[in-house]
Amino acid sequence: MPTTPAPAEETTEEGAGESPASAGQSPADAGKSPGGDAPAGRSAVRALLRLWPYVRPVRARLAVAAAVAIVASCVGLVIPLVLKWLVDGPVADRDTGGVWLGALYVLLLGLAEAVLFGLRRWLVARPLSRVEAEMRAALYRHLQRLPVAFHDRWASGQLLSRGTTDLMLLRMFLAFPLTFLLVNGVTILVGLAIMLVQDWTLGLVMLAPAVPLIALSAYFEKRYAHVARLAQDQVGDLTTVVEESVLGIRVVKGFGRHRSQARAFRALSKTLRGTELRKARLLATIWAVIMALPEVAIGATLVAGAMRVADGALSAGTLVAFLSTALALRWPVESIGFLLAMSQEAATATERYFEVMDAEPEEPSVPGDRGPAAPRPGGGTTARGTTGAADRGVTEGGLRFEDVRFRYPDAPEDSPPLLDGVDLHVRPGESVALVGATGSGKTTLTALVPRLHEITSGRITLDGEDITAMDRDRLRSLVAVAFEEPTLFSASVGENVLMGAPHTAGAADLDRALAVAQADFAHALPEGTDTQVGEQGLSLSGGQRQRLALARAVVGRPRFLVLDDPLSALDVHTEAAVEAALRRVLADTTALIVAHRPSTVLLADRVALLSGGRIAAVGAHQELLRTHPEYAHLMAGGATPSEPTEEDQDR
Amino acid sequence: MTASTAPVPAAEDETDEPPRPKDCGDPFDRDVLPTPPGATAALLRSLLAPLKARVAGTTLLLLLQQAAAQAGPLLVAYAIDTAVPALRAHERGPLIAVAVGYLLCALASGAFQWAFIVGAARVNQDVLLDLRGRIFRHAQALSVDFHERYTSGRLISRSTTDVESLRELLSEGLQELVAVVLSFVYISAMLLWLDLGIGAVAVASFVPLYLLVRLYQRRAVRVYGERSTAIAAVIVKFVETMNGIRPVRAFRREAVNDADFAVLNRRHERANGDALLEMARYVVGSRLVANTAVAAMVLWGAYRVTDGSLELGVLAAAVLYLRRLYDPIDRLGMFLNSYQSAAASLEKIAGLLAQTPSVPEPSSPRPLPPLASELPGREVVFDAVGFGYRTGGEVLPRFDLTLPAGQTVAVVGSTGAGKSTLAKLLARFYDPTAGRVLLDGVDLRELALPELRRGVVMVTQEAFLFSGTVADNIAIGRPEASRTEIEAAAKAIGAHDFISALPDGYDTDVRRRGGRISAGQRQLVAFARALLADPAVLILDEATSSLDVPGEQAVQRAMATVLRGRTAVVIAHRLSTVEIADRVLVMERGRIVEDGRPAELIAGTGRFAELHRAWRDSLA
Repeated sequence: MPTTPAPAEETTEEGAGESPASAGQSPADAGKSPGGDAPAGRSAVRALLRLWPYVRPVRARLAVAAAVAIVASCVGLVIPLVLKWLVDGPVADRDTGGVWLGALYVLLLGLAEAVLFGLRRWLVARPLSRVEAEMRAALYRHLQRLPVAFHDRWASGQLLSRGTTDLMLLRMFLAFPLTFLLVNGVTILVGLAIMLVQDWTLGLVMLAPAVPLIALSAYFEKRYAHVARLAQDQVGDLTTVVEESVLGIRVVKGFGRHRSQARAFRALSKTLRGTELRKARLLATIWAVIMALPEVAIGATLVAGAMRVADGALSAGTLVAFLSTALALRWPVESIGFLLAMSQEAATATERYFEVMDAEPEEPSVPGDRGPAAPRPGGGTTARGTTGAADRGVTEGGLRFEDVRFRYPDAPEDSPPLLDGVDLHVRPGESVALVGATGSGKTTLTALVPRLHEITSGRITLDGEDITAMDRDRLRSLVAVAFEEPTLFSASVGENVLMGAPHTAGAADLDRALAVAQADFAHALPEGTDTQVGEQGLSLSGGQRQRLALARAVVGRPRFLVLDDPLSALDVHTEAAVEAALRRVLADTTALIVAHRPSTVLLADRVALLSGGRIAAVGAHQELLRTHPEYAHLMAGGATPSEPTEEDQDR
Repeated sequence: MTASTAPVPAAEDETDEPPRPKDCGDPFDRDVLPTPPGATAALLRSLLAPLKARVAGTTLLLLLQQAAAQAGPLLVAYAIDTAVPALRAHERGPLIAVAVGYLLCALASGAFQWAFIVGAARVNQDVLLDLRGRIFRHAQALSVDFHERYTSGRLISRSTTDVESLRELLSEGLQELVAVVLSFVYISAMLLWLDLGIGAVAVASFVPLYLLVRLYQRRAVRVYGERSTAIAAVIVKFVETMNGIRPVRAFRREAVNDADFAVLNRRHERANGDALLEMARYVVGSRLVANTAVAAMVLWGAYRVTDGSLELGVLAAAVLYLRRLYDPIDRLGMFLNSYQSAAASLEKIAGLLAQTPSVPEPSSPRPLPPLASELPGREVVFDAVGFGYRTGGEVLPRFDLTLPAGQTVAVVGSTGAGKSTLAKLLARFYDPTAGRVLLDGVDLRELALPELRRGVVMVTQEAFLFSGTVADNIAIGRPEASRTEIEAAAKAIGAHDFISALPDGYDTDVRRRGGRISAGQRQLVAFARALLADPAVLILDEATSSLDVPGEQAVQRAMATVLRGRTAVVIAHRLSTVEIADRVLVMERGRIVEDGRPAELIAGTGRFAELHRAWRDSLA
């Protein structure tokens, strides 16, 4: 509870920062492939460096694993030296004992190599799975806390592909390319060193292709990054289509549209195929070069080496060892191509991941010393201190909207605000019905109370306390909402309802809430209120879900209740019963109820008419029916008052 | 601003009685649909069958590539044993041959590699295109009944992660496998040719390697199966949360969700770690065998050189080949890796594809007879129809019902009375378990789908919007409709005004399932869709529940004018809809208990009269 008004400019800054922040935080066309053109200018390394915080906890393991891998690789490189010793020594000398010894060395080194490579994998298996899991958990946690406006703009398919495919790519990157770029780099350097030491001219011949290889890799990196990113985004789009076609299956079936859906899907997947083929061509080119160039170098070494052996300047054993080393380096060199490709994909995956992670979440809570008032448009920070105290007076209790303006953060700048100066006072214990034409902003207005969206200007107070100054958790525990579209989660009926209540709530509260919402059918489900519902459980009808959502809203006996057309899917009998029970709940609850029908309006003490972005009228239902033509039209219908339909004949 | 569309279960029937319990509890046990034996292999075969020629072509390319790539050590042997002595005799020919040969091999291996990767990518992508399409089409063809039981998250993971693991197998795994097998064969052959003894050791080493691979494979099946099930559970939770983000926020579910998600995520983490560890074991085992074999061969070869029965160059070549022989052994593991996860995924996909649509399209469809009159309506007959869900319980006992062409019929009754089931039978979302539903005398089961949808269109309570523009969404009713027709439909339903007021009018992108379009507006768009579809029979299942009174009246006016002469079945809780009906059916526990003109029924003393009174009382 804020007690002292904060310095004016601080308040202003924070308040002003709020909505622009949420406006600017995600790319304008986030729905499709936000920032699809980003990677061109960005370096893959810089993107990948951002993984550090997640890798940090396992850095020791990773480092040890990399060291082990380097040792193992070097062990592999020592084997040719033993062979050289074997060929030039015991073999040349016909020393059978030496042959046995040499073979024993080869065996021991081989065993060491095997164990070390296994050790490397064993070292990283669990930690890397943990990194992937941690990143996924962080993404999930973050997404849950991003503003609703963010979710409005991002298709969940795009989010999902970040949480699954992209993270798998990252794990694979940490497991292989990251380690092996290092290991193979070191192996190549050590191998080259060994070759140079053995014979520096031959070594230089081997080194020759390095420069074109590096130049080519750099060129390839850029092109590949772009196409890889494109492919990933296209996968995201494809996921979105799949998801929509599943969620909208009734529409698709109802209109017999699965052929055209399939065509749309096919078009998208064909585009993806095209991109994948482009990717493949790039990959093929790099592979071809990476295979051919070193091979040419080895051939040149062989020819040069053979000449020197013929001259007697080089021993046969050295040539064998040299070529053996060169061949041992073939895999490290060849692998660089696909390791870079994987790194590139990992870099774009990282970018995609952080696109979401960089979006600003709702700030978790507000320091307690914030002033109770948010800035109003056009300044006016004076006299805040004096109004502060008065604001919390009895007369200011209840739910109050003061000059509330709201425009969706992604709406065009010049468009009129959806809500343009809403003033409404719901007194403590009073319930007010909110009536307005379809699309007038009723649901939006209700979403502002629990701060699912942030108001653009003006303020909303609960018992005199500005909601922007309240901790969100506390705000949302004070305000219970029943959404028009009742969503049940994969949990039992009881858990679904009780999520609206404090942890202390028990069976008695559950039964009471179910009774209020006329949701007693829950007791008759196969396992009563323990029956699983939602994605993973029993399917319930729209009316049943709506009643459970209503029960969820009332179970915690909230101080403030926001109901968005809570009875739309109920039949007449049930509706009447719910209304009777709700009336008792509403008797001592401050409530805002979005209503389409007279029957719902009658639940409330007063009615507010939302029109043209503001509250056009407030009053009793009967009074407004008589005095306000727009209201009468909304409630009773009829294009003109002269041809009343049957339900016009109100009493 | 509205809450996002409810995840999936959605308006099933109004409480089918008895409720069909899905085997609740652990989501991990329910991911795999029964897969007929051999279905997985058959699926893979059928995917590759049309590409036989190209598969053969790419395999040939790989053969050539390997031949070129593996020629190196042979040339080394030749250089040491022939070219060096020749040089000492001042004969340059053999060395030049070595040089030219090596250069050609290098270039050829590069070129073949390029061609192979491109060719293989085309094969892979065609397979994936085919498979993606099959899953998609099949999922779309499966009945609503199926979709109500198989959650959207699982379907999504079938077509995303499961396809992805097959992609990995195809793009990396298969070419690995072929390369590995080929190099084994080539190199063993070379070794045998160079020296029988060395070759024999190499071939003998394949026995323990094979056993190792078998062992690994068996264990990996289990591990990868677990992993893929675990990720599916993660996806389900993820999707559910993102789609229900508003209630998640409003009821402060974040922390609880984090905890729930952590459990699933950790389960996946464990399965993932198990899979990686399994791989580590395999790598150690196979490397141990391989390196032991190398030592044995070196010993044997060196011994033979010392006693003079083997030339040094041959030993050198053999040693070089040996280093290559076991190089791909890790890659074999990687292949098994992706093979396992792809096999697990493919099995699930095969299980999905093996589901037969319970509402199949007719093999030899019958056309609808030409319209009997000028009016577009058609007659509907329920002929001794009965319906029960597969899991038991009769929802609609056997009944007969005739809806004459052009009649508007209101169906009322309390929740669970079977109204929606009746509608779904008529829309052929389900097929009756007994009897038949006739449209102008033709059984719905005999109608081709396009014809059926010209005949019957159903608008449901949840008005789902697809991403795309508003116009696109209306045009779902009739994709070939012109913009003028789309606008006309919107005008007729009273949706034109709000659509014009949107930022880009009809071209406004509705984005994420219509986030910015209110529930009532979405229902209007859904109506415009239905209007545009211009069906002979229109079914409205609670399709006006979110409309306000003027909106509902606009719809009713539209029905009275635009839909005049059509057969209409209207299900609504609010009896205002009944005003425009010619006939009212009152349903109770699956039976039609009253049937008559509205005025007659209201005047009577039955259920409808009572309902009507209650409704009148509910109006202020």
